[in-house]
Amino acid sequence: MLRRSALSRGRRIADVALRVAVWLCLIVAVVPLALVVYFVVVRGLPQWTPEFFDFAGRLTTRYQAEGGSMAPAIVGTLLTTGVAALIAIPLGVLGAIYLNEYGKNSPLARVIWMMTDVMTGVPSIVMGLFVFLAFVLLIDELNALAGALALACLMLPVVIRSSEEMLRLVPDELRQASLALGARRWRTIVSVVLPASISGIMSGALLAIARAAGETAPVVLVMGVTRRVNWSLFGGNVSLPMQIYDNAQQPYAAAQARAWGAALTLVVIVLVTTLVGRFIAARFAIRER
Amino acid sequence: MFRWLTLAAGLLVLAVLALILVFTVKEAWPAIQHEGVWGFLTGDRWVPNDPDGPGPARPMYGALAFIYGTVVTSLIAVIIAVPISVGIALFLTEFAPRRLRGPVITVIDLLAAVPSVVFGLWAILVLGPWLFDAYQATHGLLGAVPVLGSIFGPPQGPRAFMTAGIIVAIMIIPIITSITREVFATVPNADKQAALALGATRWEMIRGAVFPHSFGGVVGAVMLGLGRAMGETIAVSLTIGAATQITANLFGSGNTLPARIVQNWGDPGIPPGRSALVGLGVVLFLITIIVNYLARLVVSRAEIRMKGASA
Repeated sequence: MLRRSALSRGRRIADVALRVAVWLCLIVAVVPLALVVYFVVVRGLPQWTPEFFDFAGRLTTRYQAEGGSMAPAIVGTLLTTGVAALIAIPLGVLGAIYLNEYGKNSPLARVIWMMTDVMTGVPSIVMGLFVFLAFVLLIDELNALAGALALACLMLPVVIRSSEEMLRLVPDELRQASLALGARRWRTIVSVVLPASISGIMSGALLAIARAAGETAPVVLVMGVTRRVNWSLFGGNVSLPMQIYDNAQQPYAAAQARAWGAALTLVVIVLVTTLVGRFIAARFAIRER
Repeated sequence: MFRWLTLAAGLLVLAVLALILVFTVKEAWPAIQHEGVWGFLTGDRWVPNDPDGPGPARPMYGALAFIYGTVVTSLIAVIIAVPISVGIALFLTEFAPRRLRGPVITVIDLLAAVPSVVFGLWAILVLGPWLFDAYQATHGLLGAVPVLGSIFGPPQGPRAFMTAGIIVAIMIIPIITSITREVFATVPNADKQAALALGATRWEMIRGAVFPHSFGGVVGAVMLGLGRAMGETIAVSLTIGAATQITANLFGSGNTLPARIVQNWGDPGIPPGRSALVGLGVVLFLITIIVNYLARLVVSRAEIRMKGASA
């Protein structure tokens, strides 16, 4: 009978040390998350007053003063993220369809696949620079559409990758059955392949939206500023991440408090989107075969 | 018809990447001409002020201090994040009780979901002041030791290379963990069982069967994390302190390529100021693409080898 005590002392110590180290690693990663969430809630919640969500109100320009509405930034975040999603998700799904249904292993598809990987790694600030040079300079105005374009550029490769993975999970028998019934290729894709994978595609898209909503660097470069709620894609606009970044740098307690309030709002938006995405993924997933 | 529509969407990726390169290089050209390619990369002074003012006779744009800052912060981040990530991945694949696995994965995913600006806010208002105390204690302890004394030099405040490195480490842990976990999961069960059957302890099994098999994949994961760390802008901009200096002192303040761009964008200085900032973006773009490409290369090589092993 082999027993633990049969091991030499050195081997036993090494084994226990590893066990302890692995638990410590887990704790080290969880503690910051817990602390961030704790501070965001504790310092952000007192900021959630009716004035904070007053859609007729103005962002305050004075960092020393308390109060002011955060509604313009909430609207800016929802507007830019929403428009970015409307641009990036259809294009991303189409690109994924090309990669998985048409291109397959052709050299062109391989190149596109590799470049999607490369595009995922492009730093977000570079996307901001690109949109500034290609779009903002062209129409000579900082605006929400530019922010949406930058976010769309960031979302596109993520959506392509996640959708492609979902399309790959659709069993080939379904496609063959549809083709055997005489349906054309596009018909098969639209009425058989997409419906079978739509939940996975949606959950991937929602996760991409959640990431984009929290992006700061590109929008800071291209969005400008507004004091009042601006539902238009044109004219300056602000977003929650921009407000957090701006206020966090100030030495005044009032500004810092506003940053915490905006952070709580942003975290709630991002978390809700993430959780909905995960819920859809878990509830309606195609079982991997 | 539909086929061409999907192809167009696919080609859009190539088009965007090409346009990024064209637009940024074109805009950065005047600044690069102003300094020369070598001068731009190796100049350590960044003085975008008015030549009639108290500054030097002409604006100077050297990116070296920011390249240095980018490399130092991302290296700190990777050095901190890698052991922790590997530990968590081992926990998930080898140690975790079945009912703990799901919740732990969810927690790691949530860590990835927190926006970087929120980490930055927390780092500068909460973590920074705590770390400052720790820096002072460390400097007091090691300040007199020859080499360590200059690396852990006198703290200049809560905003430092180290603070930025630590916060970026927290942000890249989820990426490295998730890829490392997938790599560990590909280790053939037979290998692990064989090691255990020979009387190996859990640690010996991991060292003898899991690590050799997954080394390549883990290296790739680390490099992907490195690529992410280099591009991180906002959290770093808030925590690194905005000083243009090259110093061994990790407790000193500095700056990185992306952070400098975002800090100066509103006021880039006299021409070619904005051009020079875009030039920093080009340098960052090229560095991250090279790092990411190498990472993918390593991962795919490792994948091929792993497939061969499991067949």
